[in-house]
Amino acid sequence: MNQINVDEIWTALGEIEDPEIPVISIVELGVVRDIQWNNDSLEVTITPTYSGCPALKAMEDDIVEVLNEFGIEKFEIKTTLTPAWTTDWINEDAREKLRIYGIAPPLHSTVDKLSLVGRSRSIACPQCKSTSTSMISQFGSTACKALYKCNDCLEPFDYFKCI
Amino acid sequence: MSQNNALLEYVLRLGDNTLILGQRLSEWCGHGPVLEEDIALTNHALDYLGQATLMMQYASKVQDEGKDEDQIAFLRDAPEYKNILLVELPNGDYAHTVARQFLFSAWYSLVLENISSSSDEFLASFAVKSLKEVKYHLQHSSDWVLRLGDGTEESHRRMQDAIDKIWPYTGEMFTMDSIDQLMFDQKIGPNFISLKAVWLDHVKAILEEAGLTMPPDAWSHSGGKQGRHTEHLGFILSDMQFLQRAYPGAKW
Repeated sequence: MNQINVDEIWTALGEIEDPEIPVISIVELGVVRDIQWNNDSLEVTITPTYSGCPALKAMEDDIVEVLNEFGIEKFEIKTTLTPAWTTDWINEDAREKLRIYGIAPPLHSTVDKLSLVGRSRSIACPQCKSTSTSMISQFGSTACKALYKCNDCLEPFDYFKCI
Repeated sequence: MSQNNALLEYVLRLGDNTLILGQRLSEWCGHGPVLEEDIALTNHALDYLGQATLMMQYASKVQDEGKDEDQIAFLRDAPEYKNILLVELPNGDYAHTVARQFLFSAWYSLVLENISSSSDEFLASFAVKSLKEVKYHLQHSSDWVLRLGDGTEESHRRMQDAIDKIWPYTGEMFTMDSIDQLMFDQKIGPNFISLKAVWLDHVKAILEEAGLTMPPDAWSHSGGKQGRHTEHLGFILSDMQFLQRAYPGAKW
């Protein structure tokens, strides 16, 4: 069988939605790290966002489904921890999609030391754009989010925290 | 003890700390004092169980006896668990959970920082990843120590009581036995004794800001790393292992 071009596979995996944030793909999230052929076997390397992220298994299953659709029979899905996943990998387009969906995107690069210790500067409300917001809890609906509320429009919202 | 057995013991010590603490914290699920804290503690538990899974997978590889991570996590008896005693202490009131979490996270983040440059490639990558999560835990518990210590008379009393009760279990974090020494000599892990000064600095600063008194350095409980546990571990295991003991090999 002819080997399918890895670019095509990248594009197809780029259509897989994050199971918990269905507006960005697992490629945009930075979970898919590498796709390559080793002779006749395809190797897909993924990395977990958080160690205990329960969505990783669902992502793996979705990847297997796509590979099956391509008719690829021999493949291996490998998990790597290096380099450790970081919100820095989420690009500007994907950040905008998060904002429209109602999740405040990670504001700073993790190079900002404040964000490393969990302290962040003002986070803008994804609804009304006000920067008068306060953190309710550093831990939100999923491991990767913190819970905020807007002091102007009073809406609570999720913030994708920097790691 | 062979090099491989020593590494296995070391990996179990690290993995069991997060497995048992994760199990403990998950007891708060549905019982948190407020919704946000219920969610926060179960998020902690999730991080710890994720870290435990990674460590048990590595233990399985090092052990090389064909046992997978679930068998290692669920089919050992109490003396085969190598977590420090502090993590198996009961949740108590919220101040006790906060105190245990604060004193542990302040230490664990130092351990991970050190292991980030371990000569063991897997442990190093594990530590870099886990440290990102643990920094949030430390921030969370530090904030609560301040809030309760510097809160009402009642919250202050409870926070001080919790620190006093848990303090005698912190000494074990800074002990070195022959396994720790072997790992330190090979640049796999830290010299735990040398972490104490930095830990004390951080803990002291937060306690002072919270208006709490730091307990004096005195005799400390130990033995968990060698498999000698408090009575509490057996109760945790009977809960945690029930399914695999009653229905061996059951799958989700």
